[in-house]
Parts: sequence; C-alpha cells; structure tokens
Amino acid sequence: MHSFGYRANAVVTLAVTILAMMCSMASLSDNFNVPSPTAEVKVLNINWFQKQANGNDEVSLTVNISADLSSLFTWNTKQVFVFVAAEYETPQNALNQVSLWDGIIPSKDHAKFWIHTTNKYRLIDQGSNLRGKEFNLTLHWHVMPKTGKTFADKIVMTGYRLPEEYR
Amino acid sequence: MIVTSALIIWKGLMCVTGSESPVVVVLSGSMEPGFKRGDILFLHMSKDPIRAGEIVVFHVDGREIPIVHRVIKVHERQDTGEVDILTKGDNNFGDDRLLYAHGQLWLQRHHIMGRAVGFLPYVGWVTIIMTEKPIIKYLLIGALGLLVITSKE
Repeated sequence: MHSFGYRANAVVTLAVTILAMMCSMASLSDNFNVPSPTAEVKVLNINWFQKQANGNDEVSLTVNISADLSSLFTWNTKQVFVFVAAEYETPQNALNQVSLWDGIIPSKDHAKFWIHTTNKYRLIDQGSNLRGKEFNLTLHWHVMPKTGKTFADKIVMTGYRLPEEYR
Repeated sequence: MIVTSALIIWKGLMCVTGSESPVVVVLSGSMEPGFKRGDILFLHMSKDPIRAGEIVVFHVDGREIPIVHRVIKVHERQDTGEVDILTKGDNNFGDDRLLYAHGQLWLQRHHIMGRAVGFLPYVGWVTIIMTEKPIIKYLLIGALGLLVITSKE
C-alpha cells in the first residue's frame, strides 16, 4: 500500500475531488446573488417593411437599447450574453421569437450600456402576418459562469406595434 | 480509484439528466469567448419547450459530430406544438443554415440532444487529445496495463 503508484493515485484522486468540490461551491455561491437589472428598448424607426417573393413578411427596424446589467455579475461570472428578441403570435404559430440583436458583456464595467442599431438578424415571418402586428420586445440575459450552472432570465416590454401597411 | 469514481459520476449523471450523453466536449471556437475548445458542457433534456437564447446540442442529419450553438429564432405551431428552430454560434458571423443538411432551413425538436445547463473549463482536453492523437490513448492504456501487472499485491 505504500508504493509510489498507490500514493500518486491517492493524491491525484484527492486533488481532483477537492477541485470538483470547489467548482460546485463556486457555482452554488451564485445562487445568493439577487440581481436587479433594468432595461429599456425604444423602436426608433421602421426602415422598411415588405413582403418577400416567397410570401413571407420582413421588416427592418432601428432600435435604441439601454440597460444596466451590472447587478448580474458575481466573482464567478465569465460573461453575460444579452439579446433582444421580438415575440409575437400568429394564427399559424403560437409563439414566434426572433432575435434582433445580441451582444456579449465581458465584465461588470461594460454592463451599463446604450446602443443604437438596426436589427442584426432579419425579422422574417413564416407567412404574411405582420401588418399591424402587436409584439413584445424581450431583453434576455444568460449569465455564463467561470464554472457551474448558467442562469438566465428576461425583462418583457410590451406595447410595440408594426405599421398597418408595407413601406 | 479515480477511474471508478469517474465511471460512477458518469453513470449517475446519465440517470439524473435523463440523457444518453450527459456531457459533451466543446470541439470548436464557434462559441467563444463563452466556451472554448476543451471545455465540457453538462446537458439536460427536459420536456420544456425550446426557447430563444438557450444553448442546445444538436446533430445534423448525416453528420456524426454534435454541434453546440445558441437558438436565435423559434417558430412554434399552434396546433401541434412542433417548433422550427434556427441556431448560431456566438462567435460566428452568420447563422447555422450553412451547417444544416442541403435544403434544410430549420431544426426540429428531434434534432436536439439536450440543453447546456452547466460548464467546466479545460477538463475536456483529455478527450480531445485522445481522439486526435490516438497514440496517446494507446500509451495510456498500455501504461495502466503495465501498472496492473507489475503491482506487488
């Protein structure tokens, strides 16, 4: 029981076990963080709104997104992935979620931000249902840890509406 | 000791997460800086509907390698509850339509193996090295075998 092989095995197993315990404790400590983020999204302009050749509606918008996500960061946070999605219902689809913009916040210093942008990803419907459509804009965040469990949540902002006619 | 504990943990994870392959190794840099090559992801597949922002692991028909990317678009049918999903790697410029099978525009639920719920850095390098340089795998198994044969008890 005292050969080098057995001792090395015992030491390595103990080291790995302690490392695993430290990783899970780091992850558990994230549960004590109570975040209080704020966000606001304004639709500044509908750039264009057309029906494509394949019959699907597409709209291009310019939005202003401002948010303060600094309360999401803990010592175990590697980055926060944030995105804004347009969510709406159509007769054919119970839910449509289309991401309009996403970004990565690498540290707490960058967590309070303001951005003015057109939609990064195309908002294309499955069908031609978007005229006069009411939709929500939700700001989602995914807190990606240095080790352990990912936390995700969102703020839903309602009350947006697309134009009645193509333009 | 270490091999048997790893095996117990692996089998335990398979029971708890209800998935065949509860842990995957990140093979490419398409999700950087969040997930780097060599990290491992813990997967869980629940019956909850798939929503935008979730990181899912999926297979493209005809390809073996699983891909771990984020869902950016979801269209869920009223009547059947089936979904059309579009994914994209955080670090990629365009969405994954180039990766899907020829003519395929969307993923469906049956393509998805699981959601990534947790993460450990660096641990997956062992698997990557053993897959890409199989000689190391043979050396390791040879050395372990030798250890078993030559141990005094």
